[in-house]
Amino acid sequence: MSAVLDHPGDHAHGHAHDHPSGWRRWLYATNHKDIGTMYLWFSFAMLLVGGVNALLLRTELFQPGLQILRPEFFNQLTTMHGLIMVFGAVMPAFVGFANWQVPLMIGASDMAFARLNNFSFWLLPVAASLLIVSYFVPGGATAAGWTLYAPLSVQMGPGMDLAILALHLMGASSIMGSINIITTILNMRAPGMPLMKMPMFCWTWLITAYLLLAVMPVLAGAVTMVLTDRHFGTSFFNAAGGGDPVMYQHIFWFFGHPEVYIMILPAFGIISEVIPTFARKPLFGYSSMVYATASIAILSMIVWAHHMFTTGMPVTGQLFFMYATMLIAVPTGVKIFNWVATMWRGSMTFETPMLFAVGFIFVFAIGGFTGLIMAVAPLDIQIHDTYYIVAHFHYVLVAGSLFALFSGTYYWIPKWTGHMYDERLGKWHFWASMITFNITFFPMHFLGLAGMPRRYADYPMQFADFNAVVTIGAFGFGLSQLIFLWMVIRCIKGGAKASDRVWENAHGLEWTVPSPAPFHTFETPPVVK
Amino acid sequence: MKPKRMADALAVAVLGGWASIAAAIGDMPGGPKVNQLNLTAPVTRIAEEQHWIHWFVMWICVAIFVAVFGVMFYAVWKHRKSRGHAPASFHESTAVEIAWTVVPFLIIVGMAIPATRMVVEQKDTANADLTVKATGYQWKWGYDYLKGDGEGISFLSMLSTPRDQIEDRNYPDAKARREQNPTYLMEVDNPLVVPVNRKVRVVITANDVIHAWYMPALGVKQDAIPGFVRDTWFKAEKTGVFRGQCAELCGKDHAFMPIVVDVRTEADYLKWVEEKKKEMLARTDDPTREWQLADLNARGEKVYAANCVACHQANGKGVTGSFPALDGSKVVLGKSQAQLDVVLHGRPGTAMAPFRQLSDVELAAVVTYTRNAWGNKASDNVVQPSEVTAARR
Amino acid sequence: MVSATSSGTPYYFVPHPSKWPMVGAIALAFFGFGLASWVNGAPFGPWLFAIFIAILAYMMIGWFGAVARESESGLYGERVDVSFRWSMSWFIFSEVMFFAAFFGALYYARSIATPWLGDLDHRSLLWPDFQATWPNAGPAGVVEPFQTIGPWPIPTLNTALLLTSGVTLTIAHHALKDNRRAPLAFWMLVTILLGFTFLGFQAYEYVHAYSELNLKLSSGIFGSTFFMLTGFHGFHVTVGAIMLSAVLFRILRGHFTPQRHFAFEAAAWYWHFVDVVWLGLYVVVYWL
Ligand code: HEA
Ligand code: HEA
Ligand code: HEC
Ligand code: CUA
Ligand SMILES: [Cu+2]
Repeated sequence: MSAVLDHPGDHAHGHAHDHPSGWRRWLYATNHKDIGTMYLWFSFAMLLVGGVNALLLRTELFQPGLQILRPEFFNQLTTMHGLIMVFGAVMPAFVGFANWQVPLMIGASDMAFARLNNFSFWLLPVAASLLIVSYFVPGGATAAGWTLYAPLSVQMGPGMDLAILALHLMGASSIMGSINIITTILNMRAPGMPLMKMPMFCWTWLITAYLLLAVMPVLAGAVTMVLTDRHFGTSFFNAAGGGDPVMYQHIFWFFGHPEVYIMILPAFGIISEVIPTFARKPLFGYSSMVYATASIAILSMIVWAHHMFTTGMPVTGQLFFMYATMLIAVPTGVKIFNWVATMWRGSMTFETPMLFAVGFIFVFAIGGFTGLIMAVAPLDIQIHDTYYIVAHFHYVLVAGSLFALFSGTYYWIPKWTGHMYDERLGKWHFWASMITFNITFFPMHFLGLAGMPRRYADYPMQFADFNAVVTIGAFGFGLSQLIFLWMVIRCIKGGAKASDRVWENAHGLEWTVPSPAPFHTFETPPVVK
Repeated sequence: MKPKRMADALAVAVLGGWASIAAAIGDMPGGPKVNQLNLTAPVTRIAEEQHWIHWFVMWICVAIFVAVFGVMFYAVWKHRKSRGHAPASFHESTAVEIAWTVVPFLIIVGMAIPATRMVVEQKDTANADLTVKATGYQWKWGYDYLKGDGEGISFLSMLSTPRDQIEDRNYPDAKARREQNPTYLMEVDNPLVVPVNRKVRVVITANDVIHAWYMPALGVKQDAIPGFVRDTWFKAEKTGVFRGQCAELCGKDHAFMPIVVDVRTEADYLKWVEEKKKEMLARTDDPTREWQLADLNARGEKVYAANCVACHQANGKGVTGSFPALDGSKVVLGKSQAQLDVVLHGRPGTAMAPFRQLSDVELAAVVTYTRNAWGNKASDNVVQPSEVTAARR
Repeated sequence: MVSATSSGTPYYFVPHPSKWPMVGAIALAFFGFGLASWVNGAPFGPWLFAIFIAILAYMMIGWFGAVARESESGLYGERVDVSFRWSMSWFIFSEVMFFAAFFGALYYARSIATPWLGDLDHRSLLWPDFQATWPNAGPAGVVEPFQTIGPWPIPTLNTALLLTSGVTLTIAHHALKDNRRAPLAFWMLVTILLGFTFLGFQAYEYVHAYSELNLKLSSGIFGSTFFMLTGFHGFHVTVGAIMLSAVLFRILRGHFTPQRHFAFEAAAWYWHFVDVVWLGLYVVVYWL
C-alpha cells in the first residue's frame, strides 16, 4: 500500500502530562501500545507455561511404560497444554499484535474503546489463574482434553468448573477485543484509506474479529451446558434424560473449527505484510487475498463435523462435511500462490522476518496438506484421534501461527523498541526452531499412520523409537525459544538505533512515525493519498 | 516384506546411532511393526481401499508441494537482491488467478469422487452374517453376540498386560519385563472371536463415557457413545489375531483398554462357539441358592479384580480426589441396601457407572467381598444373590 | 483527555488511565473462584460470589458514571458516536449467537436426538419402552413425570407485555426527539414497569412449574432446554430493564438532547433484541 502523508503522524504538542508511569501505567492503561505490550508478554509467559506442560508429558512419553506421571495427571497435562496454548498463548498474541499495529497501520490515535481494551486484557490473567489454580484443587485440573467432550467432562472434579469459568472469561475478553478491533477498523481509518486499500493485516484481523463474534458465544453456551449438566441436573448431554453426548461435539466444533482459522488468519495477515517488504515488490493479488480470506472464514462455519467422522454420522452428513472441508484448500491455495507470486521476480533479502515468513509458507503447507488428507472421510476413519492429527495441527499451529508471530515480532520490534534486534541471534533462532520443529513433529505422522492414538500416557514398544526422537526434538525446540527470549530482552535494553522506516521497502503508515513509536501517535489523523 | 525393509532402513537412517528399543523387541504379531511408517497392513477390502486412497491423495499433495515449492525456491535462489536481481512491479493477473483457483478445484473434485464411493461402502452395514455388540466401559470392552452363530455368548475383554510391566515406579524391574513382551499393552484376556470371510456387523455403545473401537487392520474406527448405538462392519479376509486400541479419551486408563480380534476359519470358529457356550453354562449359577461367606468372598475378589480395581484399587484405598476409598467407606460399612443401590444404579454424573450387567451372584459376591475385605467389617456382611434380585426391581 | 487542541469536540476521544477495568477484572476473579467453589458446595462460595456482585455494582456505577459525565461534557464527537453504534450492534450480534447455541440445542434434541433414540436399533438394544415424542423425559425412566406449559395464558400475555413495551419505548423515543421531557420520562417508566411485570409473570410461571407441574431443570432434555432458554431470556430482560432504568435515571437528571442520546438508543436496541428473542421462544418453546 502506498501511503503518503500530509501530516507526519506524531506532532508537536507535548503530552508529558498524560504519560503515566509506575504500576498505574500498566494496571490502569488506556494506551493501545502499552496494552499491546502486556498482551504480548502475557502470551509469551503462557507459551512457556504451556510449553512446560508439553515437555512434562513428552518426558513421560520418552519411553514406553509409566515412569514419572500417573495417567490421570498425564491427561491433565495434555488438556491444560492444549487450553493454555490455544487460549493463553496464540490468541492473545495476535490480539497483542492487533493492539500495537492496527491503530498504527490505519492512522488512528488509539483503539476505539481504550478502557474496554484494558478490561479485555486484564480478564486474561484472571482466567489464567483460574486454570493454573485448578491443578491444585481436589482431583486436579480438568483431564477431558481441550475439547472438553461430555460426558467425560461431566465426570471431572472441581477443576473442570474452574476451566469452564476461565473459558467464559477468555471468551468475554475475546468478544470485547473483537468489538474493539472491528470498530477501530471500520470507523477510525485515516481519511483517504478505503477498506480495499487497507493493509492486509488489518483485513485479516477484521475478518477474524467477525469469526470471534460469531463463535465465542457458542462456546460459552456449550460449556454452560456442561456446567448445568454437572451441577444442576440438566440432561443436555445425557442420553438417559433424552440428551445426546454428540450434541456437545456439534456445538463445540461449531466454535472449534472457526477457532483454528481465528488462529491462522491474522498469521496470514502478518505474512502478507512481511513478504512484499523483503521481496521489494507489492503484494500480488491484493483483492483476491481479501476474497480468499473471507471465503475461508465463511467456509469455516460449515465444515465443523470433519472432527466427527467417527461419531457415526449418516452418509449424507459425512459427504457434505467432507466436500465443504476439501473446498477450503482452494482459497488457502490462492493465498499460498499469491505469496509465491509476490516473491517471483522480486529482489529478495532474507532478514529474520523473511526467513520466518518463507519457513511459514513451506511448513504450514505441509500441515495444510495433511489437513486435506484427513478431510477425506473414509481415510479419516483410520487416522482420527491418532498422532497424525497431533502432527497436522502442530504443523499449522506451531509452524503456522507461532512462526508467523515470530516473523511479525522481528518485523515490528524495531518499531516497538527503537532498537534493531540482533540479526545473528534471529538467524540462530530461526534455524534452530525450524530444524527442531521438524524433528519433533514430523515423526508423529508415522506414529499416527501406524495407529498410535493420541492422549495416551503409554504405548506399545514398537512406537518407542519415534517417540524418543519426538521428545528429544521437543526439548530442542523448547530450548530454541530461549534464544528468542534473549533476543527480545537485548533488543529492549539496547542495540543499534532503528530508523523510522526500518526496512528499505516497507510501506504503510506505521513506518512514518518515529522508532520507537511515541506514546501518542496520529492524534490528528494523517491523510492518505 | 519390502515395505518393512524400507521402514527399517529409514528408521536406522533417522535414528543414527540410537540404540533402538523398538527393534530389540520385533514386530507385534497382528499389531504395529517396529517403526512402522504407513498404515497397518490391511486384512479387509475397506482397509485396502484406505491404503489406496491415502497413497493417491498423499502423492497428489506431494506433487503439488514439489511444484509450488520448486517455484518458490527457484525464486528464492534466483531473484535475490544479493545476486543483483531488480524487482519487477507486477501485482496482479486475472488469468493466472483464475487458473490457480480452478485447477485446485478440479484436483479436489478428482479426490472426492473415489472418496464418495468409499464412504457409501463403509456405511453399508446391511446383510451381515454375524452381529456383535461391543460396549465400552471404563476401561474395558464387553462383547455380546447378538445374531448369527454364537448368539448369546457374552464376555468382558480387558488388558492382560500385568501392571508390573507398566508401572516403573511401583515395580523396579517393569522395564525389563515389558522389553520381553512384544504385545505389550495390546493383549487382552478374552479376544473377540469371529469367522473369516464373513460380514460382521459391530454394534457399538458405551456404558459411561465415549470410547472408540479402533482396529487399524480392519479399517474400522467407531465411537462408542453412551446411551446410543452406532454400527460399523468388517469382513476379514485372513485368519489371525489383529490388534487395536481405544481411540477416544475416556479418562485415566484410556491407554489401557485394547481390542483384540481373533479371526478364525469357519470350523475353528464353530468349535470356539461350542466351547464358549459350555463354559458359560458351567458358570451360570443359581441365584436362588444360599451362599456361604467364604464362597462369596472368593468369587467377589475375582469380580472386584475384573470390574472395580481400575478405580477403587486393589487395596481398596481408591485414588485421592478422583475415586473414593471403599476401605472404611461409610456406604460400604452401612446398610447393604444402600451399597447395592450405588453399585446397581451408579452415581449419575460421576465415573461410578451402574453395574447392572453383572449377574446377581456376581454382584452379591462383590458387595460381600468389599464388606469384608481390607479393614472392613460391616455388620450385615453377607449379601445373598436373592437380595440383589430383589434390589434390581 | 482531549486529544486534539482544536476547538470544540476532539477528533477522537481517548480516555485517561482508568481504574475501572482493573476493578472489573478483580470482580470477575471473585466471580470465577466464587462460582466454582459455590457449585462444589464450599461454604465460602456464596460469599465470594456476593463480593463479586458488590464489586461489579461498584464498577458499573463508577465506569458508566464516568462515561455519562464525559458524554455530557461534550467530549464525544461525531466519530465516537459512530463507534458506539458499531460496537452496540456487534455486541447484540454476539448475544444472538449465544442464544443460537441454545436454540440449536433444542433443535438438535428435538429433531435429531429424540428420533434417533427411538429408532429400531435403539429400541431393541437399549431403550425398549421409549416413544420418540416431544416433549419427552428421556428413555431411561429416571425423570419423574411432568406436565408442560402451553402458550396460554401466561406466555401469550407475556408476549403482549413485551410487544407493548416495545411500543411504549418507541413513544418515549419520539418524545425525546421532540424534546418533550415529561412524556419521555413517563413512557420510559411504563416500559420499565412492563418489563418488570413480564419478569413477575415469568417468576410466577416458574413457581407454578416447580410446585404444580413437577417441571424442573432436571426434567430431562425438555426441562433443560425449557429452563435454560427462558431463564437466559429472563436474565437478559433483567439486564435490559436495568439498562433502561439507568437511562431513566439519566433522563431525570436532564441528560440527553434530541440530537444526541446514544445511551438511550443502545438500551432501546437491546430491548428490541430481547423482544425478538422472546418471539422466537414463544413460537418454538411454547407453541410447537
Ligand atoms: C491453525 C490451525 C489450523 C488450520 C489452518 C487447519 C487447516 C485445515 N485443517 Fe485442521 N485442525 C487443527 C488446526 C488447523 N487446521 C486442529 C487444532 C485440529 C485438531 C483439533 C483436535 O481434535 O484437538 C485439526 C483437525 C483437523 C481435522 C480433524 C481430524 C480428526 O480429528 O479426525 C481435519 C479433517 O478434515 C482437518 C482438516 C483441515 C483442512 C482441510 C485444513 C485446510 O484449511 C488446509 C488448507 C491448506 C492446504 C491444502 C495447503 C495449501 C494449498 C495449496 C498449495 C493449494 C493446492 C492444493 C490442493 C489442490 C490439494 N483438521
Ligand atoms: C498453538 C498451540 C500449540 C503449541 C504452540 C504447541 C506446542 C507444543 N506441543 Fe502441543 N498441542 C496443542 C497445541 C499446541 N501445542 C493442542 C491444541 C493439543 C491437543 C490437546 C488435547 O489433546 O486436548 C496439543 C497436544 C500435544 C501433544 C499430544 C498430547 C497427547 O495427545 O497426549 C503433544 C505431544 O507431544 C504436544 C507437544 C507439543 C510440543 C513439544 C510443543 C512445543 O512446540 C512447545 C515448545 C515450547 C516450550 C518448550 C516452552 C518454551 C521454553 C522454555 C520454557 C524453556 C525451558 C525449556 C527447556 C528446559 C527445554 N502437544
Ligand atoms: C470407572 C471408575 C469406577 C469403577 C470401575 C467402579 N467405581 Fe465405584 N465409584 C467410582 C467413583 C468416581 C465413585 C464416587 C462417586 C461419587 O462421587 O459419589 C464411586 C463410588 C463407589 C461407592 C460409594 C463409596 C462412597 O463412600 O461413597 C461404592 C460402594 C462403589 N463405588 C463400589 C464399586 C464397586 C463394587 C465396583 C465394581 C463392581 C465399582 N465401584 C467400580 C468409580 C468407579
Ligand atoms: Cu476407552 Cu479411551
Ligand atoms: Cu477443523
